[in-house]
Amino acid sequence: MTTDDAQVIGLTLGTATLSTLLIFPFGVALAWLLARKQWPGKSLVETFVALPLVMPPVATGLILLTLLGRRGPIGAFLQNTFGTEIVFTWKAVVTAMAVMSFPFLVRTVRLAFEEINPRLEHVARTLGASPIRVFTTITLPLAARGMVAGAVWAFARALGEFGATVMVAGNIPGRTTVMSVAIYSDVQLGDDGHACQLMGVSAVLAFAAILFSNQFSRWGGAR
Amino acid sequence: MKFQCRHLHLQQGAFLLEIDLEISGQVIGIFGSSGAGKTSLLEVVAGLRRSALGFIAVDDHVLMDTSARKFLAPEQRGVGYVPQDLALFPHLSVRKNLLYGHSRAPGSSHVDLDHVAAVLEIEPLLDRSISQLSGGQKQRVAFARALLASPRLLLMDEPLASLDQELKSKIIPYLKRIRDEFRIPMLYVSHSPDEVTQLCDQVIVMRDGKCLRISRPQELFEATTSMALKPGIYDHLLEGQTSS
Repeated sequence: MTTDDAQVIGLTLGTATLSTLLIFPFGVALAWLLARKQWPGKSLVETFVALPLVMPPVATGLILLTLLGRRGPIGAFLQNTFGTEIVFTWKAVVTAMAVMSFPFLVRTVRLAFEEINPRLEHVARTLGASPIRVFTTITLPLAARGMVAGAVWAFARALGEFGATVMVAGNIPGRTTVMSVAIYSDVQLGDDGHACQLMGVSAVLAFAAILFSNQFSRWGGAR
Repeated sequence: MKFQCRHLHLQQGAFLLEIDLEISGQVIGIFGSSGAGKTSLLEVVAGLRRSALGFIAVDDHVLMDTSARKFLAPEQRGVGYVPQDLALFPHLSVRKNLLYGHSRAPGSSHVDLDHVAAVLEIEPLLDRSISQLSGGQKQRVAFARALLASPRLLLMDEPLASLDQELKSKIIPYLKRIRDEFRIPMLYVSHSPDEVTQLCDQVIVMRDGKCLRISRPQELFEATTSMALKPGIYDHLLEGQTSS
């Protein structure tokens, strides 16, 4: 394992963690709105959120590149207002991971909210609890396992993200090269041995994440 | 207690709940077959459903009045609710379930945990988790939790429906203790003439979203010796009756 490998693994873990943390509050809020409320445009938002699941990741990456590039509406705004450039930086890696893993988080957490008997929340209201107290003392604790599972699935998806990332962040060693991109690059260059080493690391990380999720579910279920 | 439910109009798809009544009593039964609108009525009283029209008051306390654009949120109503499935919080211990709505406001008609636990004989259960309780124990914990919020009105939605006859006969005395010890007015929904006769001093008979009759339970059920409700068995009692 070289210093470059450590850097690739570190960048992958760091960007996957950051993207999961960034999408978590929005994902939980949206999952709750989808599970518990009726509102105009709900089915459109549901469809929009699910798009990255079914679209080719490279196509999603192209959309991001168009939006976030220097001449894109969001990219130009960020460049002119904050002097910030997104594409072909680590921020683009985080953005691509966030967009691609968001549907996994929302779907898992939404299921967790839907599994809670609404009557528990109704009874809590009749016991004098405000909607916020009901959410924090009944809804959130009962959905906690699903929320952790959703975050782990989103993190695992981010670790393996390739198509959108390579489009919007490219493959710049030391800056935007994450594990999946490095594996692809190694295979292209004929360095299968090195690709297999990185593949082993990514398999161990994914295994550990899913094992943690399963163990947490069992612990939560045994409470 | 004087319970007023005036000009209530709630449309739920094809089902229409239309109630207009005023009734006095300490425990008021709501009797009728499935789909009569009993649970919908309780949910409107609890503030969990919002009707387009109506006025609901318990004594002088107005819970909703659409003509005055008044609608108290469920947490402001002081109305305890025990649903059919009890809805005990599975992630909290028995003690934490009981204390969830325990009113500590100064000057409120405070109901004491020790007192409730003694009356309902649940002291040994306080540190257990909900999953460790039997059906009858869950029933008593649900009653106690609703009582500890010091409600001005208690809504019971077929609380014994899921229990077998033997367990029902064990729980009914606890309901009588609640009625006699705490003197909290109740709306008690039931399918069972036996429960209504034992617990209620007035009964509202509902069918198809409407109140057909208000009566004393003994008068309503004396015409039959059967205590098992079968569809249509009381139709001969209800023919030609209208709400008061």
